[in-house]
Amino acid sequence: MQSQAKRELLALYEEPDQAADAVERLHSAGFDDNDIEILSSTPYPEGAFGEGHTKHRLFAFPFAGAACGMAVGIAWIVGAQVSLPIITGGKPIVAVPAIIQILYEGTLLGAVLFTVLGVLFESRLPDGVGLYDDRISEGYIGISVMARERRLPDAQIALEEASPIDLLSKEGSLMHAPGTT
Amino acid sequence: MQEPVVADTKTSNRELLDFVFAWPAWFFAVGGALNGLLVAAFWVVILMLMCGLQFLGYSHPVYWGFLIVNFVFWIGVSHAGIMVSAILRLTQAEWRRPVTRAAEVLTIFSLLTAVQFPLIHSGRPWRTMYWTFPYDWNRGAWPNPRSPLVWDPSAIFTYLTSTILFVYVALLPDLALARDRAPNPVSRAIYGVLAMGFRGTTRQWRIQTVAGLLLSAIILPIFVSVHSIVSWDFAVTSVPGWHNTIFAPYFVIGAVHSGVSAVVTVMIVMRYAFGLKRFITRDHIDSLARLLIVVATVWLFFFLLDFFFGLYGTEPAEVDTWQRRLVEPPWVVIAITFIICAYIIPVPMWMFRAIRRNFFWMFVTTILVNVGMWLERYMVVVPALERKSGLTFTYGDYAPSLSEFILVAASFALVILGFLTFSKLLPIMPAADIKEGQILADRIRVGRANVPAAMRE
Repeated sequence: MQSQAKRELLALYEEPDQAADAVERLHSAGFDDNDIEILSSTPYPEGAFGEGHTKHRLFAFPFAGAACGMAVGIAWIVGAQVSLPIITGGKPIVAVPAIIQILYEGTLLGAVLFTVLGVLFESRLPDGVGLYDDRISEGYIGISVMARERRLPDAQIALEEASPIDLLSKEGSLMHAPGTT
Repeated sequence: MQEPVVADTKTSNRELLDFVFAWPAWFFAVGGALNGLLVAAFWVVILMLMCGLQFLGYSHPVYWGFLIVNFVFWIGVSHAGIMVSAILRLTQAEWRRPVTRAAEVLTIFSLLTAVQFPLIHSGRPWRTMYWTFPYDWNRGAWPNPRSPLVWDPSAIFTYLTSTILFVYVALLPDLALARDRAPNPVSRAIYGVLAMGFRGTTRQWRIQTVAGLLLSAIILPIFVSVHSIVSWDFAVTSVPGWHNTIFAPYFVIGAVHSGVSAVVTVMIVMRYAFGLKRFITRDHIDSLARLLIVVATVWLFFFLLDFFFGLYGTEPAEVDTWQRRLVEPPWVVIAITFIICAYIIPVPMWMFRAIRRNFFWMFVTTILVNVGMWLERYMVVVPALERKSGLTFTYGDYAPSLSEFILVAASFALVILGFLTFSKLLPIMPAADIKEGQILADRIRVGRANVPAAMRE
């Protein structure tokens, strides 16, 4: 009985056209965008490799963060003044004009903190699991496919048909051309 | 749109990481000299902590001097860094690519340097915790949130945290690049941890783009608030010459003038010191100089408004302060020098394209601007305090001491050393951003002209 666990293959391409061709062949072989990762050292325009639109909720994070930041700011600054009331010339203990600055900073700090958390969450970082090759940072484009054991040959054929310079699995290179690792 | 950088990925990687992985002799020489200044400043601070602020040239009624001037100056420099970066990102200006990281890093180290000065000035830095953070529950000692001296730390803390995170998020792809290109396993492991497994998936790039825009949009209001609040340190007091509603925009635009000039200076130094001639071109300096002409003129307008508002009120104390600033020696010399340095010399020069595209003259004029802007802050702070009011019974002139000169020199050393250390450890130019520019660059034919263009999503 074959294993149902998914395994990853990573093919490296010299040209964006080859990478786009590989993605198209993978789609034709029945793999969808969830199974395919495109790795590059440069941000290519969305759809350059025929991949679908990336859905994310990063826009929600700053709003949530701003609300939390403002709430913490109010609790902190009002709490501090109520805990130790400083009576100054008949002014109210909690004077709104005086605390607006701190609420403003708290709100924006919350927005920034949550946005950064959102970046990590939506980027799926930290990530130490996926296959990777240093040559990607030299400009090669990596196409990674997660496939069940029985579908690995289909994936390998689709990747190889697009003329990669190397094809890697967890165990090492599956190609034996000169100059490959 | 400027001429795009033309280099393949390997060449770009090599040139952008060259200084990170190399150890040129000048790095140790410069680092040693800067550290020497910092050691001198360290001893000055230790002496002041042990013996009090008598080593400073304060004399009643002037208790704000070089240290506060320097604080305002470095807060100002810190501003344009992030402003340039955020505005250029938001508008997706093509020429932003080599500029943003250096501008952001300049912001971080200027801010870190600026916050040292109110702490030193307080004489008892550890006690500032009681004044700014409500944490001493046992003794019930709470700060007074009605004071700008509490608003200030909250704004600076927010700005510093936001800027560091902004830089870190944008740095993730370059940390991954440094991880892949690192020459030894130790640095590879360190860069690997910092890169958090960034692999450059389409999702990660998409999030990078959106995050750059979102964080830029959030940081811009913080940037405006910080120098506004610094200006309120002065403006909410009732000191004649400070108590002016124009102070917030005047300080903000002054900060932009000083900061954009500092960015130009730093970029010219980087071009030669780090071998980045391919990436920092005359086009970049030209664009920043055009921005500076506008900023400098708006700044001059606000300075004149401050002056006219002071006079139109015909308050004797206010007029007295302006008279001291602009007529009486030695302030008249400082006033003339700062106007000449910050506006009269540089702006007419920047009108000429040949000057704007000349690295030497741009270096000289932007240095002049910052000399002028430092003197401007000095002129704002000290003469206003020197006024002898009705209840001033002891009176003396402020004369900056050797300790203060050492601390000011050390502040420049600290910013330069911080910038140099960052550049030594991490890519000072956003490699991914620059490579993206190369991918998107194209040339189009318009009539008989062949002009550079860029695609954009």
